[in-house]
Amino acid sequence: MTTCPPTGPVVLQINRLCKNFGGQVTSQGIEGGLWAVRDFDLTVHEGELAGLIGPNGAGKTTVFNMISALISTTSGQIAFYGKNLVGLPPHAITQLGIGRTFQNIRIFPRLTVLDNVCIALHPHAGYGVGAAVWQGSGFDRKESALIETAQELLGIFNLQDKQDEIASNLPYGEQRRVEMARALAARPKLLLLDEPAAGMNPAEVRTLMESIHFIHDQFKLTILLIEHQMRVVMGICEQITVMDFGQVIARGNADQVASNPRVIEAYLGKQGGKPGRRD
Amino acid sequence: MQKTGFRFLGQSWRFWAVVVLIFLVAQWVIMPRMTEFRKTAWVMFPCIMAGLCLGLNLIFGFNGQFSLGQWGFYAIGAYTSAVITYRLGSRISLPIHGMTFQLPGFLQAIIPMSEVSLFHFDLGKAALLLGATLAGGLLAALISYAFGYVVLLRLGSDYFGIATLGFTIIVQNLLNNSDKVIPETKGARGMIGIPMLTSFFWVFIFLVFATVVMRNLIHSSVGRAIVSVREDEVAAQAMGIDVLKYKVLSFVLGSMLAGIAGALYAHLYAFLSPAYFGSEKSFDPLIIIVLGGLGNMTGTIIATFVWAVSLEGMRIWLPMGFEAWRLVIYPIALVLLMLFRPQGIMGRVELGFLKAPKWARKTRDAVSATGGGKEVTA
Repeated sequence: MTTCPPTGPVVLQINRLCKNFGGQVTSQGIEGGLWAVRDFDLTVHEGELAGLIGPNGAGKTTVFNMISALISTTSGQIAFYGKNLVGLPPHAITQLGIGRTFQNIRIFPRLTVLDNVCIALHPHAGYGVGAAVWQGSGFDRKESALIETAQELLGIFNLQDKQDEIASNLPYGEQRRVEMARALAARPKLLLLDEPAAGMNPAEVRTLMESIHFIHDQFKLTILLIEHQMRVVMGICEQITVMDFGQVIARGNADQVASNPRVIEAYLGKQGGKPGRRD
Repeated sequence: MQKTGFRFLGQSWRFWAVVVLIFLVAQWVIMPRMTEFRKTAWVMFPCIMAGLCLGLNLIFGFNGQFSLGQWGFYAIGAYTSAVITYRLGSRISLPIHGMTFQLPGFLQAIIPMSEVSLFHFDLGKAALLLGATLAGGLLAALISYAFGYVVLLRLGSDYFGIATLGFTIIVQNLLNNSDKVIPETKGARGMIGIPMLTSFFWVFIFLVFATVVMRNLIHSSVGRAIVSVREDEVAAQAMGIDVLKYKVLSFVLGSMLAGIAGALYAHLYAFLSPAYFGSEKSFDPLIIIVLGGLGNMTGTIIATFVWAVSLEGMRIWLPMGFEAWRLVIYPIALVLLMLFRPQGIMGRVELGFLKAPKWARKTRDAVSATGGGKEVTA
């Protein structure tokens, strides 16, 4: 694999990001509690496929949740194309162009596959309550266009024959693909994938990696991906940041990270055996 | 799904022709054969109640916000419109004298009347009722907007339910003491002298419009956004849905339907009592939408009629001296239904035009032709 020096504008700039759970706010700052993330820095350039790795409990998902504002930020800055994200509501962040998937799949379980994708297209529907109730010709046109876009996205993930199925009835791997299609429907510039390979077998992981490369090229996306299986990240990510206990312990390309002694100790195990999970 | 030709509220002329036909059959063939009591209790009141329950189903069934406030907005709509028509009712009148037809003998077998009056009504009174009803609905909508925005911002579904129960109790207490400010409501004694303006025509129009508007809203992108809030708030936010906006929207639209329903109720019985708008009765709409199936419009309408007809009907059907047993049979029936059919009468099945529109599946060829490109399997 190749590593080119990062070029293009900065998409995501995170400075000294901290998250404390359960601490007491005092005049000296925050005392006690758990520092899930501490002084986390990250820069992602346009078009990059960046990886964020670390053992379970390292704080990776907490970083994602702070970027998408699903949890509040204790301190630090998050900027998306130079625009401050801290303090914005989650839906506004998505509408700015940050899409995401979840570690534990969070599709809308009782809705059809097509509806799942259509919901993410809602901010781009182009009509409001009045047009929806009146259902004139403008509504017909926009609604058909919306459905068509959703069907095209399902087609990319080979789900076009499943559009009328209830999402929770699909097998696990297909639910993950529905979630990816839905995340793309929100028209992100930056896509956050939270452990997309969780619970997949090696064959599924291989095809998943192909599909991530495909959407990366096809949609001109910048992707930030969380993973704790080293194999997945090493295969696809150009820039890798390694976290442990809420802090960055290494960054660089796959080879640099894999040979970093702190990473080997924290993550791969001291014996230097096969890459695996610490837990 | 491009439809051509005449359309009103997204429905074809065939749909509206069927609606007119149903109205005519009900008005001239069925209703004349019923007693006044049954006309009111089995047809007109359930039409009003069904509209109100559709509103609650939007809030609880589709949007997932447990609410007992529907009854409070029902009361607000009822009293607002009643005060308006009470004050103006005797002054506004503009009768239109239409035509009266003698019915030929063979038609009298179907329509049990010797003559039928067409275009024979009071335009002034109709405008008054329409205005008062809209005023009731609008005030309910405004109050629900203020209440909803403040409360929904802070409270999740179950806590919201308790807050809305509080709202209904507050409204009832205000109505009990309302004669201090508005003497004609007569406070806890109940308001009398409201003109009896609600006819089958008005409740039928209300139910049809409430149903069509709900159907159009639910089967649109706005409806999908409303449902996504019920399914998973966090995922909805992450998909760019402004969760608070759609909670408030559902709450306001649902409460507006309650306000309109209240206005029609006030002019149906011509008597309003704060006791009727108490928190105990506020569970009736909730029971109905759960019976019909949460998030199911067909079920709500069917359940309302089943509920109203069977509850009142048991007074007649039960043997003499056993009428009080209906309040034993009714709860037992509820328990049994919840045990054996927790998803409600209809479950997920919608009938007729309430069904979700079907979108043709794209074939593989169509996908590659539109640039869908490579397919990925996992």
